[in-house]
Amino acid sequence: MRRRTLFRNKLLPFLLLAPQLAITIAFFFWPAGQAIYQSLLIEDPFGLRTEFVWLENFQIVLSNPLYLEAVRVTVIFSTAVTLLAMAPALLLAVMADQVIRGATGYRTLIVWPYAIAPAVAAVLWLFIFHPNIGTIGQGLRAMGFAWDYRLHGDQALVLTIFVSAWKQVSYNFLFFLAGLQSIPKTIIEAAAIDGASPMRRFWQVIFPLLSPTTFFLLVVNIIYSFFDTFGVIHAITQGGPGRATTTLMYRLYRDGWVNLDLGGSSAQSVILMAAVIGLTVIQFRYIERRVHY
Amino acid sequence: MTLGQNRWLPHLILLVGVVIFVFPIYLTFIGSTHTAPTIARGDMPLTPGPEIVDNYRQALYSGVGERVRGTPAVMLLRNSMYMALAIVFGKIAISLLSAFAVVFFEFPGRMFFFWMIFITLMLPVEVRMIPTYAVVANLGMVDTFAGLTIPLIASATATLLFRQFFLTIPDELVDAAQIDGAGAMRFFWSVLLPLSRTNIAALFVIMFIYGWNQYLWPLIVTTSRGRETIVIGIVRMIGSGESATDWNMIMAVAMLALVPPVLIIILMQRWFVKGLVDPEK
Repeated sequence: MRRRTLFRNKLLPFLLLAPQLAITIAFFFWPAGQAIYQSLLIEDPFGLRTEFVWLENFQIVLSNPLYLEAVRVTVIFSTAVTLLAMAPALLLAVMADQVIRGATGYRTLIVWPYAIAPAVAAVLWLFIFHPNIGTIGQGLRAMGFAWDYRLHGDQALVLTIFVSAWKQVSYNFLFFLAGLQSIPKTIIEAAAIDGASPMRRFWQVIFPLLSPTTFFLLVVNIIYSFFDTFGVIHAITQGGPGRATTTLMYRLYRDGWVNLDLGGSSAQSVILMAAVIGLTVIQFRYIERRVHY
Repeated sequence: MTLGQNRWLPHLILLVGVVIFVFPIYLTFIGSTHTAPTIARGDMPLTPGPEIVDNYRQALYSGVGERVRGTPAVMLLRNSMYMALAIVFGKIAISLLSAFAVVFFEFPGRMFFFWMIFITLMLPVEVRMIPTYAVVANLGMVDTFAGLTIPLIASATATLLFRQFFLTIPDELVDAAQIDGAGAMRFFWSVLLPLSRTNIAALFVIMFIYGWNQYLWPLIVTTSRGRETIVIGIVRMIGSGESATDWNMIMAVAMLALVPPVLIIILMQRWFVKGLVDPEK
């Protein structure tokens, strides 16, 4: 879209852009460039010499069994978080869309976890699922279930998935609800008059019309499960026990920040950047098409 | 449109949802009203206890208990509040200015600059954590307020939102302002800014929550206890999560950590929902 009336000034627009551009260059483009550059270098253990090695860092990273394990954990973790964050949100949104009385009240009570930091959400649930002091954790043990997420990797994974999804439901709920409310009621009524059952109306009319929202949320949730869940993992399990909850993001933090492997962690950064850029591009191409039809 | 459907089913499902979302905060509150030994023994009741005043006083002003050596929560809250507000005002200010430039001016490289800002949408701070840290270290800003906030201020989201809104402002308004003899900056202050109030309110909520909840960046950039934010502070208090620790105080800090953003979202729900859901994304 183009404007007809514009202000004429040679210098002013650049001055207006300057603060945003300065920060963007200093803290986005320069570091991203550095990450790509570092990912092509290998430093000797004493930091005295660096050698340009093309893609060797990527070869090392991608053939490292620990990294491949983190890939596997991330796939399981992200799939589960995305599904668990989206399906209940859709159910709740469909229900809230049908409720006439008290809809705002429900919305307020469902929306508030959006305001909670992932790490704080982790603290709340840690207190509940703690094997010795937690209300549910104790209950599980009383029922004879050997619950201790500090010892059992699969339990740790389940807990971090649950907390991460719990925190994200409210975000998805808001988008699904807005999507549902924008579907013209006449279409649904027409289907009802044609004798379609409520289930059929949902799956054959409402759900397809909701697909742009669903697709948008799918991408957002995958990105969320990659990066924002770091706080949950760091607070509850620190990637353990063993490496059961070490996702790619946690691996990057470990290798880059704790173990100070510059080349390797830069290669990992570049791989993750490529993944996010890929996801975002897919998302925008899809939305572009939706706008045109 | 609930023809022939059970009228109570939606309410039932929504109530189950509400319980799942409210239960943890309730238990956290309960935990913050009992003594540490009560919790450590594992027989915390489900009703509030008598220790509420002592626990919050200890959390706010000392931060140190039997096992925990934390930072007083007043300091943590102050640090988080300063960080969140700096990020909010910084983001809104630079985004208003850059969106204004991109929409209302014609200059060489306009679209190039727009795309330069737009593309940063794709790079969360987490992926570029270590090289960004290196830049901040080279600038001597590690463990400073500037180092904590400025790298988080650049915001494609806010710029996009303002750009979209500015594009809906009719040309006639610009014409009218020019006929009245208003220059560009006068138009910005007297016309554009008042019109953007709702969008600014919406962004305020979203960005405040974003800023308050930052985790990884403060974790690596702040090194001294005096600069810790409350989200970092509470995770540090938990340590490895033993049973016998000052859970009462930890739960009080957890309540203090979640109350400001939750209050903002509840009080400003209307703007928040509009800002989050409305813009075409």
